[in-house]
Amino acid sequence: MMNLLKNLIGWIDARFPLISTWKAHVSEYYAPKNFNFWYFFGSLALMVLVIQIASGIFLTMNYKPDALFAFASVEYIMRDVQWGWLLRYIHSTGASMFFVVIYLHMFRGLMYGSYRKPRELLWIIGMIIYLALMGEAFMGYLLPWGQMSFWGAQVIVNLFSSVPFIGHDLAILIRGDFVVSDTTLNRFFALHVIAIPLILVLIVVAHLVALHEVGSNNPDGIEIKKHKDANGHPLDGIPFHPYYTVKDGVGAVGFLIIFCAIVFFAPDMGGYFLEYNNFVPANPMKTPEHIAPVWYFTPYYAILRAVPPLFGSQFPGVVAMGVATVIFFFLPWLDRGKVKSIRYRGPIYKTFLALFVVSFVGLGWLGLMPATPTYTLISRILAVVYFAFFLLMPWYTRIDTCKPEPDRVTSK
Amino acid sequence: MTENVNLSKRRLLIATTAAGGVAAAGAGTPFVLSLMPSERAKAAGAPVEVDVSAIQPGMMIGVEWQGKPVWIVRRTQEMLDLLARHDDKLVDPKSTVPQQPEYCNNPYRSIKPEYLVVLGVCTHLGCSPTYRPEVAPADLGADWPGGWFCPCHGSRFDLAARVYKGVPAPSNMIVPPHKYLGEGRLLIGDDSKEAA
Repeated sequence: MMNLLKNLIGWIDARFPLISTWKAHVSEYYAPKNFNFWYFFGSLALMVLVIQIASGIFLTMNYKPDALFAFASVEYIMRDVQWGWLLRYIHSTGASMFFVVIYLHMFRGLMYGSYRKPRELLWIIGMIIYLALMGEAFMGYLLPWGQMSFWGAQVIVNLFSSVPFIGHDLAILIRGDFVVSDTTLNRFFALHVIAIPLILVLIVVAHLVALHEVGSNNPDGIEIKKHKDANGHPLDGIPFHPYYTVKDGVGAVGFLIIFCAIVFFAPDMGGYFLEYNNFVPANPMKTPEHIAPVWYFTPYYAILRAVPPLFGSQFPGVVAMGVATVIFFFLPWLDRGKVKSIRYRGPIYKTFLALFVVSFVGLGWLGLMPATPTYTLISRILAVVYFAFFLLMPWYTRIDTCKPEPDRVTSK
Repeated sequence: MTENVNLSKRRLLIATTAAGGVAAAGAGTPFVLSLMPSERAKAAGAPVEVDVSAIQPGMMIGVEWQGKPVWIVRRTQEMLDLLARHDDKLVDPKSTVPQQPEYCNNPYRSIKPEYLVVLGVCTHLGCSPTYRPEVAPADLGADWPGGWFCPCHGSRFDLAARVYKGVPAPSNMIVPPHKYLGEGRLLIGDDSKEAA
């Protein structure tokens, strides 16, 4: 029996790089031995992607991308399709948890300087994944054709119409109509189920290939490839399999416990994962009393609202919002610190990072709130802090006093 | 390397690549154009006729035109009197930006002062503002003379749909083309001179 299996693998291996791929990316991919809690979120993001694709395929079998039937078909899935409610809640919870995991994954990169040389391209590919994910989430949110779906799409598509000169036609090109309509719903469906997922899977593969080329960073922010044994393996590295497959397995189980608790006990998460207004069918004649995007977009939304119109145009606010997302791409070149990891950074960087977290979370909360003059003022202050973190980085990372980095990785 | 270049082969390669690029651009055009509004979408948007005589003074009705809400407010004399008192707080009190047809470029932004006809779409990001005709409600402040408040981003408009300073919306709301066919019969979406 074992011989047969060996022969089969040998037959395949002569025609396809099976064993060498497995070795290069799993069993002989040497990762630093000092990974901590924060290193769960990469593999968790991959798992949530698989959950979303699987649950999405099954939802597609009963969903109808038609303005007349979309809302009713979602209710049909919820009430009449056997276990349909579970499929839908898995998918809606998965959307929010995807962003929870991605935000923590990105924060890990900020803390340990994982975007620094030689991982600039790895970071950029990751940022492209993040942008694609935002597009995917935005288009998916239109599909239930509830009030928040409709008015959310209305606002976001109108962001493009504020672009000088071409904006009006650009918005029409996106909607395929003069208003958000059946045409818009139909094309967002096509992009949500085919185009963007395909791109996402491809760039996730590119992200992993880039990671395995340069090797993983670690909480100490030092390169393990500097010290190798006689076989050329890093002294501080351990094979990804079995060491990290087992560790990530534990993380996956812990994550799934939380995930299931949400799916079964709080699928709408008090109106944060599924907004109450979205249980009302879309009505193009009436904007709900209070509209806010889903929580994962609210930091940027608060920045948009914080910028007043300049020269009779709301374009500056749209630009500020766009810059707030795109500015992450430039982190590898903004950071001039002598060390990568927060463990050896000085007090100035730590203060700025803490302020950045406060501004991001604060803007996220303000984005959910109505626009009162007081909240707008706080939004403006926090938006300045947000941008100061990035724009002052070349200056404050250079003057900061760093502790000496260790020669080899440390673990507590 | 350079002395062994086969120039005629290189020219052929450049020519075929260029021709292929033109062909690819040509083949891509139908895909992009298919994203623009279809003939059916372009045909939608016929004018809408409304009977405005049934509107009670101070009340607003909404009708759908081209898939967008159009509001008709029957303003009372008190409402009209209040309009002139806050010009200093408005971005464009004289309606210099052409957000209305020429025949509505007056202090009331309407053909008949009593009836305001306006596209119920906020000029910020396209939400539909809430009608708040009451004077000085608790949440909008003591100097609120009645108007619209946009729930999305807090833009404020007066009862001539003129935008206030210091809010995200950059311009007054749009007055669509319209005309009266007779006493109380309003046609939205058509302002041609000939009788309908």
